[in-house]
Amino acid sequence: MDKTISSVAEAVADIPDGADVMIGGFGGSGAPIELIHALIDRFRATGSPKKLTVINNNAGNGFIGIAAMIKAGMVKKMVCSFPRSSNAEAFNEKYLAGEIELDLVPQGTLAERIRAAGAGIPAFYTPTSFGTELAEGKPTEEFDGKMYVRERWLKADFALIKGEKGDVVGNMTYRMAARNFNPLMAMAAEKTIAQVAELVETRSIDPQQVVTPGIFVDAIVQVSEPEQEEVLVRTGVVY
Amino acid sequence: MSNFNIMEDKLSNAQIAWRAAQDIDDGSYVNLGIGFPEMIAKFQPEGRDVTYHTENGVLGFGKAPAEGEEDWDLINAGKKAITLNPGASFFHHADSFAMVRGGHLDLAVLGAYQVAPNGDLANWRVGSKGVPAVGGAMDLVHGAKRVAVVTDHITKKGEPKLVEQCAFPLTGVGCVTRVYTSLAVLDISEGKFILREKLPSISMDELQAVTGATLHIDGDVADLIVPENLK
Repeated sequence: MDKTISSVAEAVADIPDGADVMIGGFGGSGAPIELIHALIDRFRATGSPKKLTVINNNAGNGFIGIAAMIKAGMVKKMVCSFPRSSNAEAFNEKYLAGEIELDLVPQGTLAERIRAAGAGIPAFYTPTSFGTELAEGKPTEEFDGKMYVRERWLKADFALIKGEKGDVVGNMTYRMAARNFNPLMAMAAEKTIAQVAELVETRSIDPQQVVTPGIFVDAIVQVSEPEQEEVLVRTGVVY
Repeated sequence: MSNFNIMEDKLSNAQIAWRAAQDIDDGSYVNLGIGFPEMIAKFQPEGRDVTYHTENGVLGFGKAPAEGEEDWDLINAGKKAITLNPGASFFHHADSFAMVRGGHLDLAVLGAYQVAPNGDLANWRVGSKGVPAVGGAMDLVHGAKRVAVVTDHITKKGEPKLVEQCAFPLTGVGCVTRVYTSLAVLDISEGKFILREKLPSISMDELQAVTGATLHIDGDVADLIVPENLK
């Protein structure tokens, strides 16, 4: 079994128009910038993929990564917990102009909905958002004297994730807090595409170090010295 | 006649944070909300071993690194660079929020737009305009053994932030158990604000006049005394 792909362009080549795409990362850390930019390159060259639903904690920062996807007009809808930030102009402009949809999900509920999808659990109850406008229209139930809101799993067609080290069968490790949503999204998509800073050709990652077992990963591509979202945003890079 | 001048005599945010920090127990796991509540860590009393949780997936983080020493894979939920204390750990988002909702944290401290005596908190949105963003606030109000709020007692326009009923969109219902303000410390219990401490220079009548809900007294009301010139 060999899941390696030779380029980021090839890795994202079969993502179609209208796909639901989970993208890992939280703030400036853990985002697979090179996979996202390969998707933008494809859109600029061919007009596809467009009308994407993107699932991420945020809605892009600065003018790179998800923000650049939004600016380019590839994104129909964002599913996220925190779209507002100091430099989320790309999303803000489109949202206030009514050109992009937003499904706002509390952060822990977003994580658990993704995890549930990956674990085959169609729904669960959480105390989060009970009695708030984000629970409107959702079923509620009392357990042991406290009220809970029912939330559904959240699946996707594709997940684009970033790891530190990976091997040919898709086993992965993560660098520090760049782990965030990546292992959850790996479980919840029909097809998970991972970029790793170091791809070891043999099956040589210590099994005790593996965070995402290869069963959750379908394609893996090496991007040595990957770009860091926070650094790109701080240096004003425009993609 | 009292000479209390609320704008001059109220506590600064640093002083409110200092007071809240005195109640952080030795050996506890604590989540401090982004912004004002983060300041509390600075005033943690000497000799207490406290482990801080940040919801993007780190337990046991320490101070900010020196400028130029940042590693942007090592950040907190406010997206600021952090450092690690010995014994720290990393985990994914589902585990992180399991720590939050699962009752594993001893204390969560959040900011507030409004708090009501039934424990309702509004702190994520002031109206329906603009881009809404909730982050982890609605998760953080559930599960911690104690959920405290740090806030100015009144808004910049002088309106009470402690109100009979929250007018702004709710973050959570019946979740807050203690409130530290620029004038007082209150517990929330059985649908009431119970006054525990107040600035010695403000009278009960003056404090009630700037509070939008009835203040109850149950036992002693201590003087709220905080060091001057905290930064």
